[in-house]
Amino acid sequence: MLQAVIFYLLAIATVLSGLAVITRRNPIASAVSLVVTFFFLAALYVMLGAHFVAVTQVLVYAGAVMVLFVFVIMLLNLRGTDPRELPDLAPRGLVGLAVAGFIGMGLVVSIDALRLVDMGPVADDFGTIQQVGTIIFDGTYLLPFEVASALLTVAMVGAVVLAKREI
Amino acid sequence: MNPYVPVAFAILIAIVFSLVFVGLSYYFGPRRPTKTKTAVYECGMPPVGTTRQRFSVKFYMVAVLFLLFDLEAVFLYPWATQYSTLLDSFPGTFVLGEMAVFLGVLFIGWFYCLKRGAFQWD
Amino acid sequence: MNGAPPVAASGLLFNSAPLHALVLGLVVVSLCMGVAAWSIWYERKFAARMQNRPGPTEVGPWGLLQPIADGLKMLQKEDIVPAAVDRPLFELAPLLVVVASLGTLAVIPWGDGLVIADLHIGVLFALALSSLMLLPVWMAGWASNNKYALLGGMRAIAQGVSYEIPLLLAATVPIVLAGSFRLGDIVEAQAGLRWFALWPPGPGAVAFVLFFMASLAEANRIPFDIPEAESELVAGVTVEYTGMKFGMFYLAEYLHTLIASAIAATLFLGGWDMGPLGAGVHWMVLKTLVLFAVIFWIRWSWLRLRADQLMALSWRWLVPLGLVLVMASATWVVLA
Repeated sequence: MLQAVIFYLLAIATVLSGLAVITRRNPIASAVSLVVTFFFLAALYVMLGAHFVAVTQVLVYAGAVMVLFVFVIMLLNLRGTDPRELPDLAPRGLVGLAVAGFIGMGLVVSIDALRLVDMGPVADDFGTIQQVGTIIFDGTYLLPFEVASALLTVAMVGAVVLAKREI
Repeated sequence: MNPYVPVAFAILIAIVFSLVFVGLSYYFGPRRPTKTKTAVYECGMPPVGTTRQRFSVKFYMVAVLFLLFDLEAVFLYPWATQYSTLLDSFPGTFVLGEMAVFLGVLFIGWFYCLKRGAFQWD
Repeated sequence: MNGAPPVAASGLLFNSAPLHALVLGLVVVSLCMGVAAWSIWYERKFAARMQNRPGPTEVGPWGLLQPIADGLKMLQKEDIVPAAVDRPLFELAPLLVVVASLGTLAVIPWGDGLVIADLHIGVLFALALSSLMLLPVWMAGWASNNKYALLGGMRAIAQGVSYEIPLLLAATVPIVLAGSFRLGDIVEAQAGLRWFALWPPGPGAVAFVLFFMASLAEANRIPFDIPEAESELVAGVTVEYTGMKFGMFYLAEYLHTLIASAIAATLFLGGWDMGPLGAGVHWMVLKTLVLFAVIFWIRWSWLRLRADQLMALSWRWLVPLGLVLVMASATWVVLA
C-alpha cells in the first residue's frame, strides 16, 4: 500500500517535471527540469530493485549527459524565443500527438503481452552490481560488452572530427 | 526497510537545513535595493556588452569525452566488483583479458584524440 | 555478499531502523556542518601561522568563536538580488549546492555499522552525488548573468568533468582489491593496517595520490582552483551572491572538501580500523581531519595551475595512468 502511494507520487512527479522540460521557454530551465526528471526516474528504478541502473542513471544521465546538454546550449547560445516569431505549430503538434499515441499504444500492447503479473518475486541479488558483473563477464553478454568499446571509440573519433575539423 | 529510505532522509535533512539558513537570512537581513546595487558587478566599471555569448566548441569536446569515459567507468565497475569472484571459476588471463581488450580498443580512441590535439586547451 | 541487508545487523542506535537512520542522519549532518564551519577558522589560523601572523584572535579564546560571529554577520547582511539575474535559478543554486554535498554523507561509514545508509553500491553513490555539485555551481554562474560568474561556472564544469574520470578510475583500485562495492566491506578488507594506500606496494599508493589529486580538483582547491581564481575571475560563480547565499557556497566548498577527505580515508586509509590500536569512530574522524589539514597545507604552499595545463594534465597523463593502475591492481590480485 505504502509502496503504491510512493510509486504514484514519484510517477506524477516524473511526468510533471517531464512536462516542464518541454514547456519552459528558457532552455536552461528545461535542462534543469530534465535533471529533476532523471532523479525521479532513478528513484523509480530503485523501487524496481534495479540499484545499479539507478545509480548509473544519476552518474551518466544527471551527470554526464546534462553537462553535454549545458555545453551544447552554451555553444548554440539558445535563448527563449518569442512564440510570435515561430511558425504555426499546430500541424507539427498533431503529428507529434499521433506519434506519441502510437508509441503509447505499442507500450500498452507489449506490456500486456508480457503478463508481468505472473512473474513471481525477483531473486535476492536482482539488479545488484554483482549480478550485472557476473552476467557480463561470465561470457553471457561478453560480445556486446566488447562491441560497446568499439562504439565508444567511434563516438570519440566522431566528436574529435566534428570539433577539431580545421587541423 | 529499503536501504534507500535513509538516503531519502539524509537528503530531506539537507534540504531542511539549507532552507532554514537561507530563510533566517531572509528574515533578519535588510532589503533596500537601489539601482546601482542591483546592477551587474564588473569590478566597479560600467558593464560592457552582453553576458549571453557563444562559448567555444572545446567545452563540447570535453563534455563528449567525459561522457564516453564515464560510460567506460560504468562498465569497469561491475567487472572490478566481481573480479575476485570470477577468478574462482575462470582463469586469470580470461578475466583480465576481457577488460584488457575493452580498454585496449578505448585506448586507440584516446590515442587518436591525443594525436589530433583534442586534449590541447588553447 | 549477494543481496543487500538494509542496515548493518550490529550497531543500531534504536530498535527501529528508520529511527536509527533519522537520528544518525541528523547527528552526522549537523556535526559535519559544524566541522565545516569551524574548519574555516582552522584554515585561517593555519594560513596565518604559515605566514607568521596571529590570525583570528578577537572572538573567544584563540578566536575559536569566529565561525559563529561570521555566521551571525552573514545572517544580518542584505540579500542583494541583481536586476538582471534569472530569479528562480539564482535562488535555487545555493540550496542545491549544499544539498548535493550533504547527500554524499549518507553513505560514508564512520564506524562499524555507523552509517546512515549502507548501500551495496556505496562507492558509486558517493562519487555520483559529489559530481552532481557541478550543475548547481554552473547554474549559479549562468543565472547571475555576469561574465565573471559565467566564466567561472563554465570552467568549474570543464575542470570538474575532466578530473571526474581519474577520480572514478582511482576509486576502482580499492574495489578490485577488496572485491566489493560496499564502503564498509572495503574498510574491512583493509583490516590489520593493510591499507590500500600502502599495500600492494605499487598501484595502491599511486592510486591514493591520484584519488587525492582528483578530489582536490573536484572540490576546486588550490592548485586546482581555476573556477574561482580570485585574481582573474573576482570570485567566480559567487560574484553576485551576498549574505547567507554566499555563505552557502562557502559552506558547500568546505563540506565538499571534508567529504572528499572522508571518502579518501575510507577507500585508502582503512577507515575506522587502526589494526592493533583498535577500531572506532575516532580513528575515522582523525584520518579525515588529517587529510583535511593536508589540503590546507597544500593550499597555502602551492600556486595555481593555468587552465590549459589543468586540462592537459588530466586527459594526457592522469586518465591513462588511472587505466594502467586498474590493470596493475587486477594483475596483483591474480598473482597474489
